[in-house]
Amino acid sequence: MTSLWSKTIGAGDKWSGIIGKGKLLRFTALAPNANLSLMLFNANDLTERYNMPDTLKAQYTAHLTRGNVLMSDNGRVLASIVEDELGWHDTITGFTTREATDAKYGPTRYQEKRNEWLRSGYENFAVELVRNGLGVRDMGPVVNLFTKVFCDDEGRMIYDAAHCKEGAAVTLRTDMDVLLVLSNTPNPLNPSPEYPAAAVQLDITAAPGFDPATDYCFHFRSENRRAFENTAEYDLLSGR
Amino acid sequence: MTAFNRIESKLSPDTAISDEIVLAGDGWMKELEPGQVLRIVDLEGNQAADTLFFDADNPEDHYSAVATIAGQGNIYLTTGSVLRAESGKELLKIVADTCGRHDTVGGSCSAQSNTVRYAHEKLQMHNCRDTFMLQLAKRDGGYTKRDLAPNVNFFMNVPVTPDGGLRFADGVSAPGCYVELESICRTTVLISNCPQLNNPCNAYNPTPIRVLIWNP
Repeated sequence: MTSLWSKTIGAGDKWSGIIGKGKLLRFTALAPNANLSLMLFNANDLTERYNMPDTLKAQYTAHLTRGNVLMSDNGRVLASIVEDELGWHDTITGFTTREATDAKYGPTRYQEKRNEWLRSGYENFAVELVRNGLGVRDMGPVVNLFTKVFCDDEGRMIYDAAHCKEGAAVTLRTDMDVLLVLSNTPNPLNPSPEYPAAAVQLDITAAPGFDPATDYCFHFRSENRRAFENTAEYDLLSGR
Repeated sequence: MTAFNRIESKLSPDTAISDEIVLAGDGWMKELEPGQVLRIVDLEGNQAADTLFFDADNPEDHYSAVATIAGQGNIYLTTGSVLRAESGKELLKIVADTCGRHDTVGGSCSAQSNTVRYAHEKLQMHNCRDTFMLQLAKRDGGYTKRDLAPNVNFFMNVPVTPDGGLRFADGVSAPGCYVELESICRTTVLISNCPQLNNPCNAYNPTPIRVLIWNP
């Protein structure tokens, strides 16, 4: 299917924009070891946003893959994962700060490196949040597409460096009008001493009509069904 | 760091400057000065104390579950864990723990999440996010729902498996178990003593906690 719109999010880049309900967002890693951090808000009410604990608890999972939905703090489905070639996306390990970036990869400043300086997730998100009328108080857990971080029985977090291959893709469907905020910055637990640099391509197309009778994510768990029902109630009452 | 670093406190309740009981379903919000120590006691066992922290000098910088997990490379909290804000700033350090692991992935219950997790008819039930919001509402507009980030669940056992599963297990806590935190900066503490009646982890019986503060 031809894309409505495409964009390459380069290493260190950020992007934000409003994407209406009923779109497919296909993210493709253009190099191995990609990590694209993603925040989601209800575009029509920015106080409603992605809630990591609600998402994980309701689906009894500590990682995200096909069938999982990204739930808001109001018990609704912001987006759902409709296709996934990786089987695991992280939402527990967050993003890097300026201090952590300098400590790990060596200090870099615009004054010496110009646009080759190394961006941090916190700063990228701070800029895009403020640009959309939000601020650092709106920071929270992100979805780290392409990244697998699992924990052992003692709870130690282990980064899987072999997880994301070049060309691996995952597709999200927007189930509400969302403000999407992206930062292509390294996962904080990526042990590589070199700043990881994998561009990600985003292709957006129109999603097929949502049919609860056959939808994989709707039937993935009864919790997901109730979250979709909450979304339908919101649409009914708000006229969206 | 191991999953459970059992350290007992040497502090006596007799020398605490504050000693309060927070009943099941109630909230508690207070500032800590640098060096002050906060103890939360699970009086009857297997209660969940849902707790959030804010940098009191910059309340927009709230506790970050994920920065805390990434910072220590471990998903559970116990003695030695440093609780961080979104900016990466160190807010508090756990200095004693007689319970076991504490969860920071499971967040708090809300009316809306109860409809998803249990049934649409659960919407009217009392829940932690209502308690949080009522406490925030008493702060003269200084805080809003935007400030409600994922919290710590002291005494809550939410095991995560290597294959990425998550479940709510029987508590590892028992009557009298406690956790103690030393504040590194000026920190605002917000507690909801969980009223959850749908989750078997507390045998469907929410119970009181005790909260004590010591000066350095």
